[in-house]
Amino acid sequence: MIRFENVSVTYPDAPAPVLSGVDLDVPEGELCLVVGRTGSGKSTLLRAVNGLVPHFTGGTLTGRVLVDGRDTRTHPPRDLADVVGLVGQDPQAGFVTDSVEEELAYAMESLGLPNAVMRKRVEETLDLLGLADLRHRPLPALSGGQQQRVAVGAALTAHPRALVLDEPTSALDPGAAEDVLAALHRLVHDLGMTVLIAEHRLERVAQYADRVVWLPGDAPPVAGDPGAVLASAPVAPPVVRLGRLAAWQPVPVSVRDARRRAAPLRDLLGTPTRTATRPGPELLRARGLRVRYGAVDAVRGVDLTAGAGERVAVMGRNGSGKSSLLWALQGTGKRSAGHVTVAGADPADLKPAPRRAAVGLVPQQPADLLYLHTVGDECAQADRESAATAGTCRALLDTLAPGIPDDRHPRDLSEGQRLALVLAVALTPRPRVVLLDEPTRGLDYPAKTRLAAALRDLADDGHAVLLATHDVEFAAEYATRVVVLAEGEVVADGPTADVVTSSPTFAPQVAKILAPQPWLTVADVETALAAR
Amino acid sequence: MSAPHPGAWWLWAVALAAVAGRTTNPVLLGLVIAVAGFVAVTCRQDTPWADSYGVFLKFGLAVIGIRVVFHVLLGGIGGPTTLFTLPEVPLPEWARGIRLGGPVTAEGLVFAGCQGLQLATLLCCVGAANALANAKRLLRSLPAALYEVSVAVVVAMTVAPQLVASAKSVRRARALRGGAVRGVRAVKLLLVPVLEDAFERSLVLAAAMDSRGYGRRAGLPATTRALTGVLVLGGLVGLCVGAYGLLDGGSPPLVGVPVLVVGAVLAVAGLWTGSRRVRRSRYRPDTWGRRELLIVASGLAALLATHLAPAHLGGADLTPATVPLEPPTLPVLPAIGLLCALAPVLLAERKKP
Repeated sequence: MIRFENVSVTYPDAPAPVLSGVDLDVPEGELCLVVGRTGSGKSTLLRAVNGLVPHFTGGTLTGRVLVDGRDTRTHPPRDLADVVGLVGQDPQAGFVTDSVEEELAYAMESLGLPNAVMRKRVEETLDLLGLADLRHRPLPALSGGQQQRVAVGAALTAHPRALVLDEPTSALDPGAAEDVLAALHRLVHDLGMTVLIAEHRLERVAQYADRVVWLPGDAPPVAGDPGAVLASAPVAPPVVRLGRLAAWQPVPVSVRDARRRAAPLRDLLGTPTRTATRPGPELLRARGLRVRYGAVDAVRGVDLTAGAGERVAVMGRNGSGKSSLLWALQGTGKRSAGHVTVAGADPADLKPAPRRAAVGLVPQQPADLLYLHTVGDECAQADRESAATAGTCRALLDTLAPGIPDDRHPRDLSEGQRLALVLAVALTPRPRVVLLDEPTRGLDYPAKTRLAAALRDLADDGHAVLLATHDVEFAAEYATRVVVLAEGEVVADGPTADVVTSSPTFAPQVAKILAPQPWLTVADVETALAAR
Repeated sequence: MSAPHPGAWWLWAVALAAVAGRTTNPVLLGLVIAVAGFVAVTCRQDTPWADSYGVFLKFGLAVIGIRVVFHVLLGGIGGPTTLFTLPEVPLPEWARGIRLGGPVTAEGLVFAGCQGLQLATLLCCVGAANALANAKRLLRSLPAALYEVSVAVVVAMTVAPQLVASAKSVRRARALRGGAVRGVRAVKLLLVPVLEDAFERSLVLAAAMDSRGYGRRAGLPATTRALTGVLVLGGLVGLCVGAYGLLDGGSPPLVGVPVLVVGAVLAVAGLWTGSRRVRRSRYRPDTWGRRELLIVASGLAALLATHLAPAHLGGADLTPATVPLEPPTLPVLPAIGLLCALAPVLLAERKKP
């Protein structure tokens, strides 16, 4: 169905090819998962399938890409619209019309299909993806998961032979991601659709894959059985890493397979000895915090404290008020009622400069903070803004992410490096409280581990760190405490192990495998095994 | 029951606007505003843009105010009844003919008020059309030759709110870097990330549209393209001149309807030749039926009753004299015509209490 023959792609002005020597054959009806570090060429590979690379992006493609017998050399993307459907990471950015039904029909209109066919296919697709109730709704009013399902549906109505998805669940909370993946699973099993999918959050998709293609970046891709390939790749979901650690053969990819083998390991490990972490002196205190936009209550009466050395994860659905809460705590965002105290003062009453010295915040779009042309300029500007000695920001950046050259443009950094830069900027005035809004977007596993380590060092240094996330694996790895928000209210607040193991949505894979023993991360298990 | 064709609502509103363009009689103008408002409120669907009538009404009130203030400052029509006199600013020789300040007369005020009211009424007609029919849906009904233009407009209308959102988030993020920046520097600091964001969004959108088959087309010879261009341009010029002639009571009758018809014919021919180039179909196209005919006919009734009213049936009262001042009278036939324009109310779905 999809065939790559010795494909190499080089972008203009790039020193080395993004992809080289790719030979790949995805047969009909297969769900093929593409994995690799950030920048290993996953998106390029996916976009080469429907000809966006190189017709739209520029660059040189050598070799041949065939889709359903059509060569992308002679067929631009629009002429492949009836054989390949492409779904991007941010569904809203790709919407052309403004209601669900029209969006579903758009590709068919472009293909010039007769009206009767369009009516029939729209109805089928609405049913297939469970969108029938939403058919007349305006697209911006939908939730993230619903939008992503509409984007999948919009690609499906053209009846493509293959569906290509670039990180379809990255921006979604666990529940919404389940919705989208269940829909995909159904497409593969009921309709025999060929699916090529790239994803960072492997714990969500690896179990559905028939085959995994690993792009090492500097060598030709490795394709094969999911367990075997992931076991040797640096990016692997916790279940695979646990399997590797316990030397299970073949390496399990799903929680179910792992759990069936886990009994001996569970007995061996026993119950983890929990060292009760005593938080240091209280740094942040919020009482009855409310945020209201028009008729919408984003945050309704939240009480929250955080002490020095605490690492708190704020979790909850998209739109449950996590961002509003962080911004209100920082003092720059809106607050309708309640009190916030940081080191004896209310940050909202402070001027911006002392406010950032009290509470640092890394927004969801880190790039919003950056506007200069080089990393060096941004660091120097941060030092000036916070009246710190020259070189403070640069030194912080080097501890967070060593080796970023001064003359690099911030937009050319990887997601992880850019996050490190913004975190360094936020830390330059030495705030005791640090807030991060959804920092793990677009980070691969090694980058997340590095971020978790950096945040742990910060907390050990006497900071209180609060972050909003819906990445359950990251929360398990990083947090000492988890706060769950629903509709702007705190529904759970306690030590990570207690909160996440009690909820199937927020439980990390290791906890699911080793339940009822409350183990959370592969690293914990590894330490316990080494001590034995 | 689906909503009536948006084109029908726009034609109805244009007919009402043509009535308003023909008269400065405040009673009749008030009647137009009332009719447009009543229909807009009764027949609107449950949509985000359904409240636009109110916005346009406020805008109209502002227009009246501005018109009157300008009259007071700059003068214009004089009259015997001087209400008060502003100190006059002496202007140099080259600015002769312009007056700043001076006497303000009741006649002049009424005249300016009526003219402002006329503009406000036109705005209300546009507002009613906006409330009743989504402009985007109207664009979908455009001929295929104008497809690219309509896509560009739709994308622009979608991008505008996104730009505002993006600017807001950047401004909020900027506050995190301390020290409020003002002036030219602030514009630059704000603009760079917002424009980068907008640029990236448009690239993503373009890629998405390309992958979904946007722009698959049949080839067309250059001569046909040139012919299409000439026909469409000529048609548009004809339509503009004709519409101006029709709306402006003072132009010779030959410039009105005949030029409008010629322009329309040219434009239709151009669109038809151009449409053959686009191979697209349309999902659930809006259809014309009896409802649409009733809506357009009711608008036309008001238009004809106003433009063709004989002098003794109200034709003489359309532009009441302001010097000397006299109370406006109700032009009988145009008023009856306007009441006909209320007919679409009969089509409104019964709202469940």
